[in-house]
Amino acid sequence: MTEKPFVDIRHAQKSFGSLEVLKDINLQVSRGQIVAIIGPSGSGKSTLLRAINDLDPLTGGEVWLEDTQVNKKLPHRQYEKHINQVRQDIGMVFQHFNLFPHLTVRENIKLAPKMLKGLSDAEADKLAEEQLDKVGMLERIDYYPSQLSGGQKQRVAIARALAMKPKVMLFDEATSALDPELVEEVNLVMKKLAEEHMTMIIVTHEMGFAESVCDRVLFMDQGVVVEEGPPDVIFRNPTNERTRNFLRKHLANANK
Amino acid sequence: MDIELILKVYPYFIEAAWVTIQLSVLTTLLGLTCGALGAAARLSRLAVVRFLGAAYVSFFRGTPALIQLFLLYFGGPQIGIQLDAFEAGVIGLGVNIGAYMTETIRGGIIAIDKGQREAARTLGMSRWQAMRYVILPQAARLMIRPLGVNINALIKGTALVAAISVVELTYTAQRFIGSTYKPFEMFLISGILYMAIIYVTGRGIAWLDRRVRIV
Ligand SMILES: Nc1ncnc2c1ncn2[C@@H]1O[C@H](COP(=O)(O)OP(=O)(O)OP(=O)(O)O)[C@@H](O)[C@H]1O
Ligand SMILES: [Mg+2]
Repeated sequence: MTEKPFVDIRHAQKSFGSLEVLKDINLQVSRGQIVAIIGPSGSGKSTLLRAINDLDPLTGGEVWLEDTQVNKKLPHRQYEKHINQVRQDIGMVFQHFNLFPHLTVRENIKLAPKMLKGLSDAEADKLAEEQLDKVGMLERIDYYPSQLSGGQKQRVAIARALAMKPKVMLFDEATSALDPELVEEVNLVMKKLAEEHMTMIIVTHEMGFAESVCDRVLFMDQGVVVEEGPPDVIFRNPTNERTRNFLRKHLANANK
Repeated sequence: MDIELILKVYPYFIEAAWVTIQLSVLTTLLGLTCGALGAAARLSRLAVVRFLGAAYVSFFRGTPALIQLFLLYFGGPQIGIQLDAFEAGVIGLGVNIGAYMTETIRGGIIAIDKGQREAARTLGMSRWQAMRYVILPQAARLMIRPLGVNINALIKGTALVAAISVVELTYTAQRFIGSTYKPFEMFLISGILYMAIIYVTGRGIAWLDRRVRIV
């Protein structure tokens, strides 16, 4: 049985001025699937991820989430309304966390659900506690972001995204800005989400993590998907020369 | 130094200092309003509005405040704008300092990391919600000190309205010099009173800045 894709990217094309960063990319992700995107710096991984919630709008092609076209053509005002609605369903986690520094952990999480979903203060409190408990950060609920370590910040950022009850989660190098000893705590949270069958698209430089968690791996280079397949194939037996080169270089760097 | 004279004219200067304070407060309020609107215009999505904001800033920062004041007070009646000297002073100085505040406020807003806006928008907030609940609370904290610099300039700038005969500190000094021929004493008193006003304002701003600092 072939299930209809949950996230469907069709012929995605993106140019910054004369620089074509994404060239006819197609990506279908089914519900509960976990996809890793790997590739060298500048290959367009972030741009692709940020096209999914229209943070970097595509210059061509379509993005669909279930039955909704994310980047549909609408007059400005209607489009804003539409995209604000759609984004509630698409959680995003950034390399640099982007927690709101003027708000406590609790307030960081409560802000959007209260404002956008009309939750009462008590409901939002309960939600914040649940989500923080899930990422193991409940004891820090009344801290400010500046009082947390990088790994803790990222776990709070994940909780903040989850509090919107998204249908899909996007991760853009969620652990790249962390000290090595803090990477694992964030990876554990992501693994937990994987076990709960959260649909995830993960841009990462951590091949080991990608291999252990993901159902599918995409290798991107210069704006195209060069090769894709199950992790054991991509990491153990890549057919494409560019994939092999990239992995070899990456491995060499990682072992330095 | 003529201490006796100073003691005699001193009450008039206190009264004049009140006028200077009123001018300063009203000008600050008008300036902040113009500054907020100007910054909103400068950051607008619409090119026309951005252009209007830029034109406002260029005009008021690019011409002497005294000329702007004269234009409004002496030139105004010619195009049907009748204002008394105090009103003209507040409006002229307020709109002028608003141009500087526009740049201060805009600077505070664009100094906030763009990841903040992205995180807010990603959660589903509108442009305005992201601005109101995420960007502005952080930007406002950054703006307090530079706005303090604008306010400091504005208080000193109120001396200009002596030229359209508002009876404030500078005008009062000049008036007493006319009858006493003691410029040193007269300007000294007004100088000290200006300093007191500026000192207290500066302390207030420093206090505010400390209070709202993010942990
Ligand atoms: N706002 C922008 N304006 C112009 N060019 C951009 C912009 N954002 C990205 N680019 C360019 O697009 C290309 C792809 O960038 P992207 O950030 O998607 O790469 P990446 O694969 O995520 O790289 P990294 O691994 O370093 O994060 C790069 O050449 C980059 O310089
Ligand atoms: Mg990137």
